[in-house]
Amino acid sequence: MAKAEVTALLNPRLAMRKRIGSVAYVIFILAILLGLAGLAALLLRVLWQGAPWLSLHFLTDYPSRFPEQAGMKSAIFGTIWIMALTGLFTVPVGVGAAVYLEEYAPKNWFTRIIEVNISNLAGVPSIVYGLLGLAVFVQLLSMGRTVLAGAMTMSLLVMPIVIIASREAIRAVPSTYREASYGLGATKFQTVKDIVLPHATPGIMTGTILAMSRAIGEAAPMIAISALVFLTFIPTDPLDEFSVMPIQIYNWVSQPRPEFRGIAAAGIIVLLCVLLSMNAVAIYIRNRTQKRSEE
Amino acid sequence: MDTTARDGFAVPIGQRQTTMQLSRNRKRGALQGRIVHWLFFACAVMSVITTFGIVVSLLSQSLGFFGEIPFWEFLFGTNWSPILKDAEGNRHYGVLPLVSGTLLVASIAAAVAVPAGLAIAIYLSEYAPDKVRRSIKPVLEVLAGIPTVVYGYFALTFVTPLLQSIPVRVFREDLLVFNALSAGLVMGLMIIPMVSSLSEDAMVAVPRSLRAAAYALGGTRLEVSLRIVVPAAFSGIIASFILAFSRAIGETMLVTLAAGATPRLTFNPIESIQAMTAFIVQLALGETPHGSLEYNTIFAVGLLLFALTLGMNVIGHFLVRRFREEY
Repeated sequence: MAKAEVTALLNPRLAMRKRIGSVAYVIFILAILLGLAGLAALLLRVLWQGAPWLSLHFLTDYPSRFPEQAGMKSAIFGTIWIMALTGLFTVPVGVGAAVYLEEYAPKNWFTRIIEVNISNLAGVPSIVYGLLGLAVFVQLLSMGRTVLAGAMTMSLLVMPIVIIASREAIRAVPSTYREASYGLGATKFQTVKDIVLPHATPGIMTGTILAMSRAIGEAAPMIAISALVFLTFIPTDPLDEFSVMPIQIYNWVSQPRPEFRGIAAAGIIVLLCVLLSMNAVAIYIRNRTQKRSEE
Repeated sequence: MDTTARDGFAVPIGQRQTTMQLSRNRKRGALQGRIVHWLFFACAVMSVITTFGIVVSLLSQSLGFFGEIPFWEFLFGTNWSPILKDAEGNRHYGVLPLVSGTLLVASIAAAVAVPAGLAIAIYLSEYAPDKVRRSIKPVLEVLAGIPTVVYGYFALTFVTPLLQSIPVRVFREDLLVFNALSAGLVMGLMIIPMVSSLSEDAMVAVPRSLRAAAYALGGTRLEVSLRIVVPAAFSGIIASFILAFSRAIGETMLVTLAAGATPRLTFNPIESIQAMTAFIVQLALGETPHGSLEYNTIFAVGLLLFALTLGMNVIGHFLVRRFREEY
């Protein structure tokens, strides 16, 4: 008797069970293909519709009623302003909070509240941050619909991401480094400043870049703050009004004329290119430090 | 004598000064340490203040609204038209049509993302060779990193026309340009990586010994996956569903662009609806004066949205934590 026949005699249902197993395997592969196909369709669609509208003047012109003349200059500069200020506000506070939680915080109920609170903040819908910014920065502190109000709202939005990433980076610094530093007589602050933070910097930078790439694509809270979608000037100080790239794209997609769909796709290509290069930098930093720590 | 004897040794003057300076430095260091400690503490407390700010600003701004509209009428009313007056000149503030719109889109998204995400998680955790897993995971994560306004564009200009080209009457003639179906399908695609990566984390954490025992009893790979690993990782998997659903509820640009702006109490996916988030955007873009009743509705809707997502996130995080402690 062949081996397969013996198995079949011992367990008549095994062949059936194996067949079910291979059907399931095919289903699993199909699920992955579904995800990949969705991504491919999205990217190809954007490229196909947007590429004809891409040109240099698209980057250097202001928005226009005429599709041939439309550009995203004001949106690009608005995004640069918002990103720069958001980074300026978020990084010191986010890293400070991470240092506190990892190096200083006592294990008590208040620390626990802060930790639970941060993980819950990460799940709050972005439009709710927009409402917070609208109520507090725009109205209560009467900043108006300005770059400053937008950047402050955005930095509250990405703060949890920076804190969580920085905590992981700080936790990854071996405790022997800290002990060596204390052994040489350094104070806690000196240890944090000269030993922990320098070693955690690549991780913190990676986390910050990822947080910024989340911020750069956020349209909802910025719409609540800015409301304006048609701007023909670039902000020159933090108290100017602004638009950002995703708002501009939203505006173009919702235009009835079909040409603006192409313009919107061109805008999306620009936005995705910026995102892609930010992620590439983050991955590069991560890989370089991994290699160094393996040496 | 110019030198002070200490422990029987003469300490030269220079060194004595160094010792004094050292202790002064140490004192200054202690002060500096305390200041820095408080600064770091203040940074951490910022997050608590943010939550506090969200709750207080939503509550205080919607207080004016609830002063005029009874809370129960808002929560259980079935007619939502806070801006346009109906034939008798009345406005209606029943939020259920917005809630049903949000839940409809999120349910369609879950119907896509739950089976697909779970299947991907099982494959990545139980079947895939390490190399395949390491190359597929980052590609899927790209889906989570694409801005939602891009998904809105994709749903409106690609998925809806695609559905309309299906030669069935329902799609061909009845499907509107703005509809819950295409928004939901695309949102499903968007939250697949959330379900798959959180579920996979839970499955990978299941001890190897459980699998080994199941294989030793003669289980096939599928049986071990479905009857041992999935049940053992169950709370983590449920948590991934809940967190993804909460993400879908709070999603804004996609539903604003693709699902429409007609609040309607319906569960028919081919109709145009309005989600809670889409209403907020619509009003924020309009020219409603600050402080008016219409304007305050967005804070009332925002409060409801915040409460819904917060509740789901708390349950989700609780399940993730409970699961981690089990092994």
